Amino acid sequence: MTLISLWYGQNHGLLPTAASSDAGDVDQLFNFMMTIATGLFLLVEGVLVYSVIKFRRVKGDFTDGPPIEGNVPLEIVWTAIPTVIVFILSIYSFEIYNRMGGLDPMTAGDPGPQMAHAHHHSQLVALDPNRQNIALGLGASPDSKQGINPLEIKVNGIQYAWVFTYPETGVISGEIHVPVNRPVALNMTAGDVIHAFWLPEFRIKQDVIPGRVTNLVFTPNQIGQYPVVCAELCGAYHGGMKTQLYVQSEEDYQKWIQENTFAMNDEDNQSVAMNPIPSSDAEFLAPYAKDMGVSSDTLAQLKPTENK
Amino acid sequence: MSTTLERNAPIAPPEYEQHPKRKWQDYFGFSTDHKVIGIQYLVTAFFFYFIGGALAEVMRTELSTPDPDFVQPEFYNQLLTMHGTIMLFLWIIPAGAAFANYLIPLMIGAEDMAFPRLNAVAFWMIPPGGILLMSSFFNGAPQAGWTSYPPLSLISGKSGEEIWILSILILGTSSMFGAINFVTTILLMRMPDMDIHSMPLFCWSMLATSGLILLGTPVLGAALILLSFDLLAGTAFFNPAGGGDPIVYQHMFWFYSHPAVYIMILPFFGAISEILPVHARKPVFGYRAIAYSSLAISFLGLIVWAHHMFSSGTPGWLRMFFMATTMIIAVPTGIKVFSWCATIWGGKLSLNSAFIFAVGFLSSFLIGGLSGVMLAAVPFDIHVHDTYFIVAHFHYVLFGGSVFGLFAAVYHWFPKMTGRMVNETLGRIHFAMTFIGFNITFLPMHQLGLQGMNRRIALYDPQFQTLNMVCTIGSYILALSTFPFIINIIWSLYKGEKAGRNPWRALTLEWQTASPPIIENFEEEPVLWAGPYDYGIDTETIDGNEDVEDMLAAVSAEG
Repeated sequence: MTLISLWYGQNHGLLPTAASSDAGDVDQLFNFMMTIATGLFLLVEGVLVYSVIKFRRVKGDFTDGPPIEGNVPLEIVWTAIPTVIVFILSIYSFEIYNRMGGLDPMTAGDPGPQMAHAHHHSQLVALDPNRQNIALGLGASPDSKQGINPLEIKVNGIQYAWVFTYPETGVISGEIHVPVNRPVALNMTAGDVIHAFWLPEFRIKQDVIPGRVTNLVFTPNQIGQYPVVCAELCGAYHGGMKTQLYVQSEEDYQKWIQENTFAMNDEDNQSVAMNPIPSSDAEFLAPYAKDMGVSSDTLAQLKPTENK
Repeated sequence: MSTTLERNAPIAPPEYEQHPKRKWQDYFGFSTDHKVIGIQYLVTAFFFYFIGGALAEVMRTELSTPDPDFVQPEFYNQLLTMHGTIMLFLWIIPAGAAFANYLIPLMIGAEDMAFPRLNAVAFWMIPPGGILLMSSFFNGAPQAGWTSYPPLSLISGKSGEEIWILSILILGTSSMFGAINFVTTILLMRMPDMDIHSMPLFCWSMLATSGLILLGTPVLGAALILLSFDLLAGTAFFNPAGGGDPIVYQHMFWFYSHPAVYIMILPFFGAISEILPVHARKPVFGYRAIAYSSLAISFLGLIVWAHHMFSSGTPGWLRMFFMATTMIIAVPTGIKVFSWCATIWGGKLSLNSAFIFAVGFLSSFLIGGLSGVMLAAVPFDIHVHDTYFIVAHFHYVLFGGSVFGLFAAVYHWFPKMTGRMVNETLGRIHFAMTFIGFNITFLPMHQLGLQGMNRRIALYDPQFQTLNMVCTIGSYILALSTFPFIINIIWSLYKGEKAGRNPWRALTLEWQTASPPIIENFEEEPVLWAGPYDYGIDTETIDGNEDVEDMLAAVSAEG
């Protein structure tokens, strides 16, 4: 039974790719819990199945079973074992959570709600960008390389799209591109209702709340394309509110930034109508646009980034 | 205990036939008889179960394909909101109250509840509340989920949302009236011989449940009234557009709604503690451990609410606090599960419908409990929060737990309520279809959630279609499983074998009176001549020449 538990705990194949080292930590925690859960599952189900087969009433036997009303040592044992298990799990989870940056003192302090209209002012979104302070969410891992300046990206969630702004370069995009192996710090807020920013391959999620700023810090370590999913009911087309996260090599990322910076500049000289190449997001959203009530402004926000 | 046995002998008087019987009209009127009210609750609850179930089937049909083609996404959101609200507030909670009403006075040897009129009022708030909620389908049902988080709930249809708020307020008030009755009755109206440690475990679990209802529901009421102001009067308690804080609503909502999970499951924990010993012919294992763990769950249930908000606006240190308290709940819950397993171990099990549903409860609830411990771990919860893993988890707790417990209770107490036995073959078919359908529907959802499928969506990524198809097929089996149940109940009601007083040879007091019980419950002051679970001992009378079984058989023959 122990062997089955150990094997299944490691080989359940239930989780998608882990694209950051923190995600690997979370997976280890899950595997550990899965091992324990499998063991307990087999134990209890085993007892049930065995009892149902072994202890059936013989036909015609109307006598009672043995009058056992309890067994204090046994009860102490099965109180103590779960206690020890959850104690270990709590400490382990605490450790992983700390490693993920959840107890970053700058992050752990929540300044409370801000006036909703304030999120339009960039000042409020990043009160002090250098110290990555403020708000709710996950901060930088305590053991992350302090030397590397995290890439700051502002995230705005609106029904039903994500808008990413790169303060360093002024790029605005409907997709998120980040370089591999550099910490990314997201400062997030919402324009209308509560959304949740979820990166399944990074095992992180944080609600995005109108009138507040929340943040997430993560370090991607695998080049690839990953889904970004909204995980908080935000309206009828909640299921359609997704985009892509591209983890790219430093060169590819710089190329993308440059192209989009130029595109943005181009855009300034052209009218929107002159730039008819549809974006993948726009394509995706187009059939629903009428129902969703997405304004042309929203689509225009997405457009400049997709010129490639 | 045996010394009181002789007094028990003349319990069945010959003039039994003279007792007035309930007319069918009584069940449609303002009756103050707790047994009538209990059955009113139960039938009403099952009526709403069929509606809630039908809504679920529409949702599963929609989810068999990734595109929103069967119903519009807006309507889908209305369906999921109504499905959740109906199943929780109009099915499981009233069904728990049904058994509490029916059983508590009988189990403690009382004639009725402490406040019979209040009890009737509590029931009669449910049909108007339910009809009000249904009426919202005609002018835009609520579509912000059963959680109704602002600001979404403030901007997605005023009338539907307000109707939702009003009906929850009505149903919540009804539930509080019920709880006041349960606590008072259990604490003050036990027969003189019964101290608190010899009352049946179902009463303990209702004590724990009622405490939660009384502490939690007013907070939900406050939250909903404030939400209503935001919705109608344009105040900004929770609306960020005016400086309000939507997170405060979430705290207030979950302060009730996490305990609500225990309000829904504890009555059936109690029912299981009654059903297993009777059909295993063994005393319940660890009476005090099970009784006190109900209270422990109830207390801890009040201080874990923010685990629903780990990925929401909860600062790091608070996440850690709520992780610890949530994990600790596994301990009293584990005590119960292990004690139940030990109760059936070495017994003489009758595998009838009530018992197999009870075992089904144990095996399914176990999975919900294990995934619950996983969800308490913050780093993992952050990944799966608001995904199908959660959907799977709470259906394993509420369907695998409460609903299996509910069916076990229906099969167990049906002979008492109607005086007739159920058809065991149909009962077993019902169990097999429910158990198989349930697992096919909800087991794959764990994987869907882990892989990245979020919940409450009408359109999803095509890569998840295969598993969703499996879930949908499972849900159809689940839908079909209600047919043997309905046929069984109707058939047994008219054609079932006569049950007699005590067909299960159980020791709790409700079985010591007629089936169905006479209007005053007991012929005369009932006598406590055995503990509720004293199986296997006390089988000999003081003279030593008559078995309790023989005597019970004689008693039921006379009855």
